[in-house]
Amino acid sequence: MKYRIERAPEAEKAPEMRAVYSDELTRMAEEDTRIVVLDADLMRANGTESFKARFPERTFDVGVAEANMVGISAGLSATGLIPFPATFTCFAARRTFDQFFISANYAKLNVKLTGSDPGVAAAFNGGTHMSFEDIGLMRTIPRIVICEPADPVSLRALLRQIAERYGSSYLRLHRKPITPIYGESETFELGRGKVIVEGEDVTIIAAGAILVAEAIRAAEILEAEGIAASVIDMHTIKPIDADLVVEYARRTGAILTAENHQVQGGLGSAVAEVLTERYPVPQRRVGIQDEFGEVGTQEYLQERFGLTAENLTVQARALIASKSTKQGAEQ
Amino acid sequence: MKAMELRHLQRKAIEIRRLTVDEITHLGIGHVGGSMSVVEVLVLLYYRHMNIDPANPRWEERDKFVMSKGHAGPALYSILADRGFFPREMLLTLNQGGTNLPSHCDMNRTPGIDMTTGSLGQGLSAAVGMALGHRLQALPGRIFALIGDGDTNEGQTWEAAMSAAMYGLDNLVAFTDYNKMQIDGPIEAIMKTDNLIDRWRSFGWFTQQVEGHDFAALDAALERALAEKGRPSMIIADTIKGKDLPGIEGDYKNHNMPLTAEDAERAYARFRELEAKLEEVPA
Repeated sequence: MKYRIERAPEAEKAPEMRAVYSDELTRMAEEDTRIVVLDADLMRANGTESFKARFPERTFDVGVAEANMVGISAGLSATGLIPFPATFTCFAARRTFDQFFISANYAKLNVKLTGSDPGVAAAFNGGTHMSFEDIGLMRTIPRIVICEPADPVSLRALLRQIAERYGSSYLRLHRKPITPIYGESETFELGRGKVIVEGEDVTIIAAGAILVAEAIRAAEILEAEGIAASVIDMHTIKPIDADLVVEYARRTGAILTAENHQVQGGLGSAVAEVLTERYPVPQRRVGIQDEFGEVGTQEYLQERFGLTAENLTVQARALIASKSTKQGAEQ
Repeated sequence: MKAMELRHLQRKAIEIRRLTVDEITHLGIGHVGGSMSVVEVLVLLYYRHMNIDPANPRWEERDKFVMSKGHAGPALYSILADRGFFPREMLLTLNQGGTNLPSHCDMNRTPGIDMTTGSLGQGLSAAVGMALGHRLQALPGRIFALIGDGDTNEGQTWEAAMSAAMYGLDNLVAFTDYNKMQIDGPIEAIMKTDNLIDRWRSFGWFTQQVEGHDFAALDAALERALAEKGRPSMIIADTIKGKDLPGIEGDYKNHNMPLTAEDAERAYARFRELEAKLEEVPA
């Protein structure tokens, strides 16, 4: 395959994303005294205990009170600090939406909200904890930045850019071990998608630790069949990199989106909005098809909801067929 | 407090009510009741206690105020204009398209507003964050907050109450504008908050309850609160919704209501009476 990135060394072991998150925040906080961390009784789950060990006075565990955590973060921001509150995605988005909308975003404050365990990564916590809607909710907030890094290298780079840019943001964080995709020298820019693989037949636009890896694997399967797919890591879902979407729509004539989220409101919708207005081509959306979550292993849930490389190849073939028959992407 | 200063604050309260009636009557409708009940608490803070600089509204070392019942913005705007944060003429732009004085307080539009509020329940959490932020950065400014009966219904207020006590925030003093009315009726009929003083005490706050239109009582409570160490303070101010507006005072339907020129004339007559009464008392 035609890789456009420096790839991680083969033997690289998979670090826990939560450890990468906390370690990088700790490094950033050594340089910037404005950085503080909050959690709502999930510091052990979110890995931020290491931050707390280094900066106990700059860590606030507010107990099981997510709305208050976001409100306190807004107040901290109003005094010039840069708060990073975290909780599971389901609580970050559903439970605190009004607080995050008004006290942080409408007030134009600088609250860096992190939601962990997105979508099927919630696994054994089941349907109540399985957020398939958080990006959809967040995307309705004017001028917010929404970011879902796919691996430890991009997480570190994007986390720094989120801290450096004034304004509230939502980071969708996979907290479990993830094999690095990128080599250490690879660079990232908030708001600019990353082309991982170059191919002329179809483009897979994916986001997040699960689906970017599945998209690369799908491209490998397709390559064995003689189909050349492009793969884009759309780590920033808002603002979406519209120019890149248009460029690859023009180049490959078909777009397949892949997300660990409802197809309504998330990455698939964001890409569809760009295509509809700027360069209509056939699109298919792999993601959750208007369903609630349920309990199971992550592997089971990926199969259950079609978040697999195999399903991506099925959808990619159908898209390519629809291109040649010019009947649209509906069959 | 000396008699002279008490008299000054009492005159100021009348003046602020007059400005607020002007402000709302100019548009013809607004949050009348709750703007009238908060006047003495605000006047006490903004003319006697708060360390602020109208020429430099974002001065880092200032005291900060969070109007959690954001709909009482009009009363606060009158005070900010009178203190010189912006010209008085601006008061007449309340709620008109393009104004910098929206119904609910907005820190990005109005000089002197320290926090954007309006969705009830959110103000006290922000105040807790500010108090933590000041403590962490060794900033001298104290944090004052004002919540209302509606805020008291919101669960988030009690989350904030727990956390302020947990963190021992003695740089935070909150007031409850306890006018005992909410939009749909008296709190007795909608959502009771019996033994409010015990509720705050049981949450770990140093809590006092005083007559909310009596400057001497409010000031004594505030001085005592500011001296309290190791815990946040709540001052429950017993107030009257629509205070000093004839025909309007005490009626729960005054939350958001039209204010006509005739209503304003009746109010101005009442204010003149109150001013005359103040002159009768020897200083």
